[in-house]
Amino acid sequence: MNWQFFLEVLAGGLLAGVMYALVALGFVLIYKASGVFNFAQGAMVFFAALTFVSLVERGMNFWIALLATLAVMIGLGIAIERAVLRPLVNQPPITLFMATIGLTFVLEGLSQLIWGSQPHGLELGIPDEPMQWLSESANINISQFDLFAALVAGILVAVLALFFQKTRIGRALRAVADDHQAALAVGIPLRQIWAIVWAVAGFVALVAGLMWGARNGVQYALTFIALKALPVLILGGFESVAGAIVGGLIIGASEKLAEVYLGPFVGGGLESWFPYVLALLFLLVRPEGLFGEKHIDRV
Amino acid sequence: MSAVPKPDTQRAYLSVQNIEVIYDHVILVLKGVSISVEKGKIVALLGANGAGKSTTLKAISNLLRAERGEVTKGSIEFEGRRVDRLTCNELVRLGVCQVMEGRHCFQHLTVEENLLTGAFTRKIGRAELRHDLDKVYSYFPRLKERRNSQSGYTSGGEQQMTALGRALMAQPSMILLDEPSMGLAPQLVEEIFEIVRDLNQKEGVSFLLAEQNTMVALRYADYGYILENGRVVMDGEAASLRENEDVKEFYLGLSTAGRKSFRDTKFYRRRKRWLS
Repeated sequence: MNWQFFLEVLAGGLLAGVMYALVALGFVLIYKASGVFNFAQGAMVFFAALTFVSLVERGMNFWIALLATLAVMIGLGIAIERAVLRPLVNQPPITLFMATIGLTFVLEGLSQLIWGSQPHGLELGIPDEPMQWLSESANINISQFDLFAALVAGILVAVLALFFQKTRIGRALRAVADDHQAALAVGIPLRQIWAIVWAVAGFVALVAGLMWGARNGVQYALTFIALKALPVLILGGFESVAGAIVGGLIIGASEKLAEVYLGPFVGGGLESWFPYVLALLFLLVRPEGLFGEKHIDRV
Repeated sequence: MSAVPKPDTQRAYLSVQNIEVIYDHVILVLKGVSISVEKGKIVALLGANGAGKSTTLKAISNLLRAERGEVTKGSIEFEGRRVDRLTCNELVRLGVCQVMEGRHCFQHLTVEENLLTGAFTRKIGRAELRHDLDKVYSYFPRLKERRNSQSGYTSGGEQQMTALGRALMAQPSMILLDEPSMGLAPQLVEEIFEIVRDLNQKEGVSFLLAEQNTMVALRYADYGYILENGRVVMDGEAASLRENEDVKEFYLGLSTAGRKSFRDTKFYRRRKRWLS
């Protein structure tokens, strides 16, 4: 076996996994704080990327466009809390889940209504090319852009983890996730907390949208990357920020390795379904995921 | 003793006047309940399942709305100020904090994190938080030992202590305590009530507690109200309630006349309800 080739595939897979993890993070945030599986996360990623690209194409400065999109995403989070969550307080999770499906269609329609439906290219100024020195010294090709994405994801995770573990608001978010009523009883304002969570999820969607947009172009198909986040979540656990990252890495690495080393035996195309099979197997063994919170039952 | 209490609004710290509560727009649960709590007292709300004890507490703390309940008549005043329209958050800031039935700890947070969430409304610095935590630990030494365990894995008694401690972190002047004895061993029930009395005496916290365990509650409380079917059917000083023949018979299971048949009991109850 050619170890250099193996390393290259592994590294490429791990870095692709980071990209999945970026999307999965948004799901984790909302699931942690409200127990809702937010089906609309993919649409939010698309909406963020499309808004950003359209602003830049209309001549706005890169950084101003970034800030403007961030403001839009935060506004969106607050609007969702007002219009969707508030009327559904204390409804079963499945009702909220259905509401997020509705939200998906609204967001997809809205973004294309405002910005049009043609695909856009997105340039972040970081080339998607193998790094020279690594290819020359070790003969391993790793994209500069992938490494950049990994760095961004790493920073994002560190910041989120600190936020959840160490801050007053972060603690309140986790408290709300555990027990809405008890959170109310100790004086945590649910509405404010939910608005914050959706705004933060909007921010994460923006980051994921930029990364994926730069990689694949900003187009409608961007909404489907949310589906790739599903096996990541099942593997990593729905409540864990760290789980989203580790799950992403495992999915990314295993699908690439499977494609390269097992693909030839089954005629290729493994990459598109392998993660789901992996997730299915995982569900049988450890339904709460690697880092998910165990359901605590007192008997 | 009067069947319909007339709360002394001059001295009352918390005063609930003639409230009616309806769930889901149709289910009438409280049919005119009036209660008053004087500053620094422990007041017990007694009664059987479904009498309306929890609903009364939730009406005061305004957790009702989250359960699709609504106060449709009457008024609730705290320190002479109407509080029926305030949110839970505003009430906690005013100093009224509820400890819910069944503890409701944040299971995946550690015991200490649970306590810290209690101080959410206060926006205080680290040093002050530390100081308040230590105070809570001095009342509940057991919590200090378990501070880093996930509260979902602690025992029922420890969870009740966590819930109480969490409420204390908000520095309340009035705690609404719902069924503290639920599911606890008798010895633990005593321990919890001892702490309640301690908090009452040393910290000056007033308590309104709902209890099915009438015997224990009347031993620790200053005053008691007995609820039946959404109405107050009897109230009085705890000592006098303890000596009352009807209370003894129906709530304490003590009777001087030997065993009565169930039919008599039912008849008596109905008569009492009509009279009230």
